[in-house]
Amino acid sequence: MLEYFTIFSLLIDSTLRVATPLVFAALAGLFAERSGVVDIGLEGKLLGAAFAAAAAAAVTGSAFIGLFAGILCSVFLSLIHGFACVTHKGDQVVSGMAINIFVAGIGPTLALAWFKLGGQTPQLSGDARFSPLHFPGEEIIANIPYIGLIYSEVLSGHNIFVYLAFILVPIVSWVVYKTRFGLQLRAVGENPEAVDTAGISVGMMRYKALFITGLLCGFGGAYISIAQNAGFIRNMSAGQGFLALAALIFGKWKPGLTLFACLLFAFTDALQARLQGVSIPGIGVIPVQFIQALPYVLTVILLAGFIGKAVAPKASGIPYIKER
Amino acid sequence: MINTATANSKNIILDIKNIDKWFGHVHANQSVSIQIEKSTIHGIIGENGAGKSTLMSIVYGYYQADNGSIYVNGKEAFISSPVQALNHGIGMVHQHFMLVEPFTVLENIILGAETGTILENSLQRARTELKKLEENYSLNVDPDAIVGELPVGIRQRVEILKALYRGADIFILDEPTGVLTPQEVEHLFKILRSLKKQGKTIILITHKLREIMDLTDNVTVMRQGKVVTNKATKETNKEELAELMVGRSVILSVNKKEKKIGREILSVNNLTILDEKNIEKVKNISFNIHEGEIIGIAGVAGNGQTELLEALTGIRKINDGTINFLNKTFDNSRPINAKEIRKDGLAHVPEDRQKMGLVTAFSANESGILGYQDLSIYKGKIFLKKYAILKDMYNKFKRFDVRPSNPILKTSSFSGGNQQKIVLVREMDQEPELLVVGQPTRGVDIGAIEFIHKQLVELRNKGKAILLVSVELDEVLSLSDKILVMFDGKIVGKINQKDADEKTLGLLMAGAN
Repeated sequence: MLEYFTIFSLLIDSTLRVATPLVFAALAGLFAERSGVVDIGLEGKLLGAAFAAAAAAAVTGSAFIGLFAGILCSVFLSLIHGFACVTHKGDQVVSGMAINIFVAGIGPTLALAWFKLGGQTPQLSGDARFSPLHFPGEEIIANIPYIGLIYSEVLSGHNIFVYLAFILVPIVSWVVYKTRFGLQLRAVGENPEAVDTAGISVGMMRYKALFITGLLCGFGGAYISIAQNAGFIRNMSAGQGFLALAALIFGKWKPGLTLFACLLFAFTDALQARLQGVSIPGIGVIPVQFIQALPYVLTVILLAGFIGKAVAPKASGIPYIKER
Repeated sequence: MINTATANSKNIILDIKNIDKWFGHVHANQSVSIQIEKSTIHGIIGENGAGKSTLMSIVYGYYQADNGSIYVNGKEAFISSPVQALNHGIGMVHQHFMLVEPFTVLENIILGAETGTILENSLQRARTELKKLEENYSLNVDPDAIVGELPVGIRQRVEILKALYRGADIFILDEPTGVLTPQEVEHLFKILRSLKKQGKTIILITHKLREIMDLTDNVTVMRQGKVVTNKATKETNKEELAELMVGRSVILSVNKKEKKIGREILSVNNLTILDEKNIEKVKNISFNIHEGEIIGIAGVAGNGQTELLEALTGIRKINDGTINFLNKTFDNSRPINAKEIRKDGLAHVPEDRQKMGLVTAFSANESGILGYQDLSIYKGKIFLKKYAILKDMYNKFKRFDVRPSNPILKTSSFSGGNQQKIVLVREMDQEPELLVVGQPTRGVDIGAIEFIHKQLVELRNKGKAILLVSVELDEVLSLSDKILVMFDGKIVGKINQKDADEKTLGLLMAGAN
């Protein structure tokens, strides 16, 4: 019994860690899409922030400067997206994809030029990384069965980013549903004309939303390179931006449901890591390829079959042009 | 020729002086001047593209005038945005409602008028304010209802409330009745009259003469960007206004001779149709149509007319009963094939021309052959005969007065009336035995309405049969030889034209039996 509980605790522990960048990116996407801007560039922003954070941390030796650089880079990319599709009313999917491709190439190129490590940044250690926070009394409580496990594995011992990501969900929910900014944000994604005639600038609202998108992706990207890992490697975001987008759709553009979707995706990922090479009673060892495919299969099933009536913000993807 | 009907002694709340507006090469407003008296309902009437909506968008600050000035209460107002218009007490009820559908009524009302960071305070304030407004104007709107779930008539009231909440004194209503049922129109007029009684000023943009005569105190007629006349409504009449709008005399009534009917073309027996949710939309109806006869179906939109049209033309399946067309019988097990029945001589002008009648992204000549593209005059062995199509379309456009008569232009660049003519000429030109036509003049200018009506009567005089479905009571009354009234999926009345009048039909349409 305790053995299964241990396994379960460890699964939850890694679920939380895997979910963190997804939560950041999905909430980031929530702001963009709620304002009517489709953002498939989440992936690129995560990767860009990861590179900038790792590079800055490697040079300065400060994780905080790394984080700042990551945010700066991601906000910059987000504003480029805004410039292309808000100011110049370009196609949002094309612009987002362009950012993804651009970042995938420019990151390793700059890394190679600066650090000469084959497209990676140097291994980070010490203050150049964010290390896990340990709650007081962890060692003493750890010895208590069950509760100790929950305290030391599930609650304590995570990175500051992990806690931040989860605290963000109610905050985002509050901002979107209970504030004036949130009302205008939701309105601009549904009926920008109504917002325009009510005297609110559609462009300004979308830029504000994209700024927040950049900010949150910055946190997500920095987490990947200077907290979860110790440095930048080529394509290290590995489709998490897209997975976050899927979580956002599955979560029907609502913060709470989106968090649930992120956790679900992260859990299947944690599960597949644990199931590899494990002999399941009655079935035996499942080939590793099948196990690894599990999160993707689940994503497809969920998105295709279960979301049902997911209604996207109505103006999402359509540049706002005054008639005539 | 601008004659200022209003004397200086009158209380002018809004004075529009010499407004000019260009869109590229189009001179949309040419030195337009209108004076609007306080506490009156002022109608602005004109055909589509006459510049009414442009003018009001300028007054509301959505566009800026290239020239001219606007005075509110005697003071010059510089209105460069809708917010500034509101600051001057000018509110607008748009033709396409400026509402956020997933929001509640209350959220819609405060949007853009909120203060502070937290919504709750603004919402509370609006709720109290709304109660007061409700009592004063009897608008009957639930502040917590989701706008997307409300019928259009109530959504419009939300728009009016929005303007009231922002302290508007002058209300601009742009074609407010286009989407309303007759009952909703009545209610709207009641609200507008009570607004006027409370000292508010209303500007009504419309192309419906009847609304002008019913409701307004003064009327301005616009044509091709210019003001043609300003008049007190009681000093004019429908015929005069129609002539001023179109620029030539218009015959509003349809000239139709008695005609002997021929053999039976279509008979519908105990027809029942279900919709996607398995709800009975058409309930056990029977009727028939003969050669040389126009059967009009009157009724408030959504009482089964659409489903009936779709079943007759093979778009929707028959659940029970039979349809006999010429010598073929169709029922649940022998469904109508839309393509086959067209070949047999049933032509269809759908209710929604943009969704079902045309492909707006196609060029006009492509839209003009839709459904007939297999005819040998249009189709070679492999390719379409482009040149033959263009030539044929050009001739047709000329004959039906489609403007511009250039079939190479994109369908979407034609006005609503001209798009409708493209559909009509396509369907009528094959000389069908039966023409099934839904809402032939929805959103169509008065001049084009006259033309379309004439064409329909001509087809009937040639001995063809026509089934006409329209929510415009006038249209059904003037065109049909026999009128059926549909209510709740049933035919609740069959009346010959000479025994029919608006009142009887109106009562039947409202289900008052």
